[in-house]
Amino acid sequence: MSVSAIREAWQESTKRQRRGKLALREELQFYLFISPWLVGFILFTAGPILASLVLSMTDWSVLKKPDFVGLANYVTMFTSDPYFFKVLGNTIYYAGLSVPLGIVLAFMISVLLNQKLVGITLFRTFFYLPSLVTGVAVAVLWAWLLNPQFGLINHGLRLLGIEGPEWLYNTKTAMPAMIVMSLWGIGGTMLTYLAGLQGIPEHLYEAAEIDGAGAVSKFFNVTIPLMTPVIFFNLIVAIIGSFQTFTQFYVMTNGGPANATLVYVLYLYRNAFEYFKMGYASALAWVLFFLILALTVVQFYLAPRWVYYEGDLARR
Amino acid sequence: MQSVTSARASLGQRSERAHWRQSIRVQRMITTILSYFFLTAGSIIFLIPLIWMISTSLRPEREVYKYPPKILPDYFLWKNYIKGWNILPFTTFLKNTLIITLSNVTGNLISCSLVAFGFARLRARGSNVLFMLLLSTMMLPYEVTMIPQFILFTQILKWGNTFRPLILPAWLGWNFGIFLLRQFFMTIPFELDDAAKIDGASTFRMYWQIMLPLSKPALATIAIFAFMGNWNNFLAPLIYLRDMSKYTLALGLRMFQGQYAVHNQHYLMAVSVATLLPILIMFFLAQKQFVQGIALTGIKG
Repeated sequence: MSVSAIREAWQESTKRQRRGKLALREELQFYLFISPWLVGFILFTAGPILASLVLSMTDWSVLKKPDFVGLANYVTMFTSDPYFFKVLGNTIYYAGLSVPLGIVLAFMISVLLNQKLVGITLFRTFFYLPSLVTGVAVAVLWAWLLNPQFGLINHGLRLLGIEGPEWLYNTKTAMPAMIVMSLWGIGGTMLTYLAGLQGIPEHLYEAAEIDGAGAVSKFFNVTIPLMTPVIFFNLIVAIIGSFQTFTQFYVMTNGGPANATLVYVLYLYRNAFEYFKMGYASALAWVLFFLILALTVVQFYLAPRWVYYEGDLARR
Repeated sequence: MQSVTSARASLGQRSERAHWRQSIRVQRMITTILSYFFLTAGSIIFLIPLIWMISTSLRPEREVYKYPPKILPDYFLWKNYIKGWNILPFTTFLKNTLIITLSNVTGNLISCSLVAFGFARLRARGSNVLFMLLLSTMMLPYEVTMIPQFILFTQILKWGNTFRPLILPAWLGWNFGIFLLRQFFMTIPFELDDAAKIDGASTFRMYWQIMLPLSKPALATIAIFAFMGNWNNFLAPLIYLRDMSKYTLALGLRMFQGQYAVHNQHYLMAVSVATLLPILIMFFLAQKQFVQGIALTGIKG
C-alpha cells in the first residue's frame, strides 16, 4: 500500500517535472518568437524614450557636447519662446475644426452610402477614392487647386462672379484651406462608419418600427446610439492624427504666410533638423506626447456619458 | 344592421390603410430621389480634384494657364508623362522607393507574424505585460523617438544618407501589424495546435505550415497597409536621405514642387498621377482586403 503510494507520488513528481521542462521550453520559444519585436522595442522605442527624456533637459546642437540644463527647455517653451503658443494655437485651430467637421461629414456620407440603392458600390468607390491620394501627392494637387490665379477653386468662384482669395498666401484663408483639404480625405473614416452601420442588427429597426418610430426617430434612437463606439474610436484616432500633421503643411505652406500655418510637428522638425536644437526639440516632443495623452484620457473619461456599448449592464 | 356598420368600418380601415401605404411609398420615393441627388452632387465634388489632376497632366502648357479653363483638354498629351518623369531622375526615385517599400513589406510580414504567433500561441511568464507594453507603444507619437533614433542612426552607427535607418526597423516588428495578426491568430482553433503536437510537429512548423496558410487575409491586409505607409512615407526619408540619388518618390515630388512647379504644373500633375498608380492599381485589385482591413483596424493608410 505504502509502496504504491510512494510510486504514485514519484510518478506525479516526474510528470510535474516533465511538464515544468515543457513549460520552460515553451517559455524559451515564446521569447525566441517575439525577439524581433523585443530587440526593436529596446533599440527603437524604450532606449530612445529614455534618451529623449534626458535630451529634453539638455542644450545640444549635435556638433557640440550636450549641456545639462534641467527643466530650462520646458520653462523657455512656456515663458519666452515667441512661437510656442502661436504654434499651439494653430494646431488647435486645425484640429478643432478638421476633426469635428471630418467626423460629422464622414458620418453623413456613410449614412447615405448605407442604403440599398442601385449603383451604391460605385458611389462608395467615388467617395473613398480621394483618400488614396495622400502624402506629398495630395499636397501638390491641392496647392494647384488653390492657386489664386489658375487654380480650379478660384476659377469656379469666378464663374459665380466672386474673386476668390489668395488662399495659401493669405494669413486668414491659409488654415481654412488646409482644413477643407483634410476633409477631402475622409474616405477611410467613412469606411469604418459604413462597417459599423452594416453591423447594426435589422431587428432593432423593426422593433422601433413596431413602437411607431419614424425614420428620424429611428436615426436618433437606434442608429446614433449604436454608432457611438465607432464615433468615439474615430474621434480618438482623428485627434491624435491631427496633432501630428506634418507633410502637407511642410510641402504646401512650410508654415507661412507669417507663421499662420506653422503647426506643432513642423515647428518641432525645424528645431531639430534646421536649427539643430535637439534638446529643445525633444522637450517639444514630450509636451506633444502629454498633450495627446491628456486629450485621449479626457475622452476616455467623458466616454461613459455618451458612448453606448451594447451589453453594458452597468448602464441600466 | 351590425354587419353594415362593420362592413363600413372595415371599408374605412381599408381605404385608410391604402392611403397609409401610398404615403409610405411616396415617402420612400422622395428619400430615394434625395439620396441620389446628394450622392451624385457629393461624388462630383469628391471626384473633381482627381479629374482636374489627371486632365491638367494631359494638357499642353498654354491650356494649363488659360481662362476660362475647360474641364477636359482638346487632346490628350501623353508626352507630358515622359517629359515630366525626366525633368528629375524619377526612375532612380522609383527604384529607391521600390527597394525600401518591398523590403519593408517583406520585413513587416515576417517579423509581425513571428511575434504575433508568440503572443497568440505560446505561454510564458511576462507575456501579458509585454503585450500591454506593445499596445501602449501604439499611443506613442513617432516624434518622441524620432530624435534619439536619428542620433543613433546618424551619429553612432554613421548610417546617415543610407536606406538602413528606413529599412531596419521594419524587420523588427510593427506594433499595429503585430496586434492585428495576434487578434487573427487567436480566432484559429487551438485544436489544430494539439493535433499538430500529437503528430510531432515542431513549434516552428506549426507557425509556418498551419498558422500562416490560414492567415492569408490578415497577412494581405498588413501587406497592403505596409505598402501604402512606406510608399507615401515622407518624414523619415526627409530626415535621413541627403543626396538626390538616394531620394524616394515622395522626396522627388516635393523637390519638383519646390523648384520647378511655377511653369510646369502639367508635368508636376503627370508625375503625381504616376506615383499614385501603384496604389490605385492595388486598390482595384484588392478592394475587398482593403475595405475589410480599414473596417477592422481603422488604419487609413
